[in-house]
Amino acid sequence: MERFFDKELDKFRSDLSIMGAKAIEQVRNVTEALVEHDVELAQKVRDADNEVDELEKQIDAEAIRYMSLRNPVASELRLVVVGMKASHDLERVADEATNIAKRIPRIAEEKPLKDYIDLPRMSEIAIEMLDDALEALFSNDLEKAKAVLLRDKEVDRLDKQLYRELSGFMLENPKVTSVALELMFISRSLERIADHAGNIAEEVIFLIHGKDVRHTPVKKILTED
Amino acid sequence: MNDSTETLQQAPDIKQKETDNPDKTDFRQDYISFRNYNFFYGPTQVLFDVNLDIPERQVTALIGPSGCGKSTLLRNINRMNDLVDGIRHEGELLIDGTSAYDPTVEVISLRKRIGMVFQKSNPFAKSIYENVVYGLRVAGRKKKSSLDEAVETSLRRAALWDEVKDRLGESAFGLSGGQMQRLCIARAIANNPEIILMDEPCSALDPVATGKIEDLIHDLKKEYTIVIVTHNMQQAARVSDQTAFFYLGKLIEYDETEKIFMNPAQKQTEDYVRGRFG
Repeated sequence: MERFFDKELDKFRSDLSIMGAKAIEQVRNVTEALVEHDVELAQKVRDADNEVDELEKQIDAEAIRYMSLRNPVASELRLVVVGMKASHDLERVADEATNIAKRIPRIAEEKPLKDYIDLPRMSEIAIEMLDDALEALFSNDLEKAKAVLLRDKEVDRLDKQLYRELSGFMLENPKVTSVALELMFISRSLERIADHAGNIAEEVIFLIHGKDVRHTPVKKILTED
Repeated sequence: MNDSTETLQQAPDIKQKETDNPDKTDFRQDYISFRNYNFFYGPTQVLFDVNLDIPERQVTALIGPSGCGKSTLLRNINRMNDLVDGIRHEGELLIDGTSAYDPTVEVISLRKRIGMVFQKSNPFAKSIYENVVYGLRVAGRKKKSSLDEAVETSLRRAALWDEVKDRLGESAFGLSGGQMQRLCIARAIANNPEIILMDEPCSALDPVATGKIEDLIHDLKKEYTIVIVTHNMQQAARVSDQTAFFYLGKLIEYDETEKIFMNPAQKQTEDYVRGRFG
């Protein structure tokens, strides 16, 4: 039976979707700014961060209002709680994009250490993970959520590889240390963005099954129903 | 959190609900207005200095523990309490700016403007059709086409038409509890009132029937000013725009429902809505 306040949940989902798209756009733009040494675009990313912050506050307010007035239970309650947690993850994603944006002017002044291959690759995977996690959330797709968790390892591997590579550069030529450190931090930010996508995927599993799979090895999550 | 139990002297300024009713900016915020209102059953005072402005075409919920005066307040609006011996009041009760106790106001015409729905549905021992047109027949309307139209319109507004349109001639007692309650709402609507008072309209209904009545209340506020007494906190939270909390005959807190249920100003209100009263 449809209720008159169902449209409030539709709005909640829609705002979460808008926030997801905005956070992903921030990651996409900051990656382009990094690769193209586009300081102006990096500044745009910094300026747009408050839009995501505002969406987080709005989604929280909607969720609290819904819980106060509509008495959600079962899957509806899980949706509202998961929506709040996912919006927090998305806000952190946008923060990491802003952190990267802040480093871009410092890197842009220096000669590139190497072609950017791994960082855009990490960003691409993280964006795909975010996209899939959100799609899994909106379509209650358990398998898609699990697949997101599997991909986290790819990003971790690239982060570690980059760390080794950049450490090597610094040992060979201490003059590049500052740029190499900036790139290490950027790599860590991208790795964290992927972690947030993983968090959302875990939240989706809670949404669908009511089972809390946080802090559980991925292998175990994947083999369980 | 304020510990004060002092009665509010002025009803709070209730903002227009523009999101719900974008076309309602011209409606009165004090459509029903109690001003320094006291009410007595014989020597017993049951309402103390109530100041309450109920806005037009919104849903206002009256909540509070048994004996707090909320039903008495509701029954003052259509002067139902006049039927009780030994009652008296002090202060003013204005409906759309006119005193309900003005000597020129006839109680019968006042009650025509105010429909009422009770806790237990009380259809007459007549057909569904005759229940809906009862008030119209009393008022002298006879033309069949006009009565037919009123039946369809009222039953549609009460979200009951589709369920009963093929058995309008059957007894109202053959309906389910929820359907009977919606029939009583249709009967109230048929007289084209301005205000609908509801005294625990869902307390005898199952959750599905309750949901239907709540959806109906939400829909009806587009055309009517609704005042509802309920013991069900979740129902007040779901259906009302404003909530007034009464305790021992005093209005303790009156505000937007969102505020009452998310961040009430008075500790007594918080204890009550959290179910930790007493």
